[in-house]
Amino acid sequence: MAKVLLKGNEAVVRAAIEAGCKYFFGYPITPQNEIPEYFSKELPKIGGAFVQGESEVASINMLYGAAAAGARAMTSSSSPGIALMQEGIGYISKAELPAVIVNMMRGGPGLGGIQPSQSDYHMCVKGGSNGDYHNIVLAPGNVQELVDMVQEAFDIADQYGMLVIVLADGLIGQMMEPVELRKPKERPIQPKTWALTGPNGGKPHRIYNLKLQAPDLEQDNIDLFKKYAVIEKNEARYEDYMMEDAEYAFASYGTASRVVRTAVDKLRAEGYKVGLVRPQTLWPFPYEAFQRKNVKKYLDVELNMGQMIDDVAIACGDKNMIEFFGHTGGVLITVDEVCEFAKKVMGGAK
Amino acid sequence: MVVDDKRIRIITGYYGSGKTEFAVNYAYKMAREVKRPAIADLDIVNVYFRSREKTKEMEEAGIEVISSSVVEDNCDMPALSSRITVPFLDKSYDYIIDLGGSEVGAKVLGRFGDLIDKNEVDFFMVVNIFRPETGNEDEIIHQMRLLEQMSGFKITGLVNNSNLIHETRVEDILEGDAYLRKVSELTKIPIRYTTCMVDEVQQYSALIDKVGGEFFPMSYNMRTIWM
Repeated sequence: MAKVLLKGNEAVVRAAIEAGCKYFFGYPITPQNEIPEYFSKELPKIGGAFVQGESEVASINMLYGAAAAGARAMTSSSSPGIALMQEGIGYISKAELPAVIVNMMRGGPGLGGIQPSQSDYHMCVKGGSNGDYHNIVLAPGNVQELVDMVQEAFDIADQYGMLVIVLADGLIGQMMEPVELRKPKERPIQPKTWALTGPNGGKPHRIYNLKLQAPDLEQDNIDLFKKYAVIEKNEARYEDYMMEDAEYAFASYGTASRVVRTAVDKLRAEGYKVGLVRPQTLWPFPYEAFQRKNVKKYLDVELNMGQMIDDVAIACGDKNMIEFFGHTGGVLITVDEVCEFAKKVMGGAK
Repeated sequence: MVVDDKRIRIITGYYGSGKTEFAVNYAYKMAREVKRPAIADLDIVNVYFRSREKTKEMEEAGIEVISSSVVEDNCDMPALSSRITVPFLDKSYDYIIDLGGSEVGAKVLGRFGDLIDKNEVDFFMVVNIFRPETGNEDEIIHQMRLLEQMSGFKITGLVNNSNLIHETRVEDILEGDAYLRKVSELTKIPIRYTTCMVDEVQQYSALIDKVGGEFFPMSYNMRTIWM
C-alpha cells in the first residue's frame, strides 16, 4: 500500500479495521475524539457497529460483552476516561478475554488538562483495577509504530486471552505522519471455541468473574500468573539507539523518547557517549535492556514525575544509577532541556 | 505575490490538509508585503497545532493575531472572540483567516457571512492528495462542495499542498498538481499556489515552472525539530 498522511487518531482506526476490528464502544474525550468519530463513519460501511456509550463505564462493559461473544472489538479514551474504565478492565482481565484499548494520555491527575502527557504509566502498567492481574501495554514512539502496534494488539490479545492497552499520548494522537499498513507477524491463534455465540445446539459456555471459594480463586490466579510468565518471556520488547559504546543511557518511551533521540544526536555530535534505550512494551517490562556493563548512569526522561523510575531501578539493580528529568501536566520537554540535563549529569565526561 | 490576492483571504480545506501551516507562512509573507496584516485563528476543531500557538512569533513580525479562544490557549471550548469582526469592516487591514478543518470547521464562517463583502474575499482550498477523502479529483470536488455549502462562500482558488512531511519528493508535488489541474478544468477554479518546504524537498527548483499557480516556498512553523 502507498503511504498516506494520517493523524495518529485516524491511523488507529485504519489499523484496527485492517486487523478485523468490527465493533467500537466509546465515549468522547479530548485529545482522542477523532478515533470514535472515524469509527462512527467507517464501521457501518463494513457491517460492523459503532456505539457511543452513555459513559466510559458503559463502554468498557460493552467491550466486555463483545469480547465474550468472540468479536474483535476495542474502545479508546484518554486518561480520566481510562480511570473510569478500571472496574471493567479488571473484569475483562479476570475473564481472560481478548480486547484492545487505546489510551491517548493527557495531563492529570483528576480531570487534569488536555495537553499531552505520560501520566498513566502507573495506572496502566501497574494496574488500576483490583486484584492480581496484568494487562499487556504497548508504547508506540511514532504514528507508524502506533499503526503497527494497534494491528498487532488484536493478535496478541487473541493469542493469550489478554487485554492489550496501546499506551500513547495526545501528541501522537494529534500528530500527522506518513504511514503504511503492514501485515503483522503471524501468531498462533486458536479458534474462539469458548465464545458466547447463542444457543446453537452445543454445550453452554460460561464466562464469569465471581469465585466464592477462596482456594478456587487462588488456583485461578496461580494459573493466570503461569500465563503471565510466558508473556514476560516472549513479549518484552525494546529498541536501542546509539547504545554500542554508550556510557550514559537515556531511558524513555513514546513522545518523550522522540525528543530524547534528537538530543542524543546533538550530544553525540559534541562527543558525548550517550544512547537511548526505548521500551516498546511497558508490561512486560524489558528488564534485560537496562543491564549494561558500560553504562554509568541511566537518564530517565518522561512526561510525568518519573513513573518508570522504579522499573528501571529493578532492572539495573541500583536506584542511585538513575537520574530523572521530565515535565508534567501537559508541558512538553525540549531538546535543549534534555541536553542540558544530560550534560549536568555527565559533567565533562566525553 | 500575496499582495495580489483579495483583502480578506480565508483558508479552508479538508481536515489535516495543512491549512494552518499554509496560513502562518502566508501571514509572514503578508507581513513583508502589506501595511497592516492580521491573522485570525477560527479553528474550533483542533486542540493542538493551532496558529494561535505562534502568537508571540507572529506579533514580533508585525502581524496582529486574533485568537478565536476567549479564555486561554488550552481551552477547547468552541467560543469565538468578537475581535474577529474588526478587520472584516476596517479596510486598512489585510486579513487572513485560518478556518478549522472540513465542513465542520467551515461552518463557523456562516456566522460572519452578513458582515463580509464577498467581493473582498479570496476563499482558498488547501489540498493534500495524500490525506484521506481528497485523494483524487472526484473526492476533492466533493469536499469542495461540502465546504461551500457549509460556509456559504465559493472557493476562488486551489492550493496544492500535497506532501508526506519529511518524505516529500518532487514527484509527490507533481502528482498533486496533476489532480488539481483536473479539478481546475472541471470546476474552472484556478490553482492559486503550489507549496513546497524548500529546506526539505531535494531539487525543488525543478518544480517552479512546472506547477500550477504561483510557487509558494514554505518553512515549518508548527512542527518542532524533533517531529
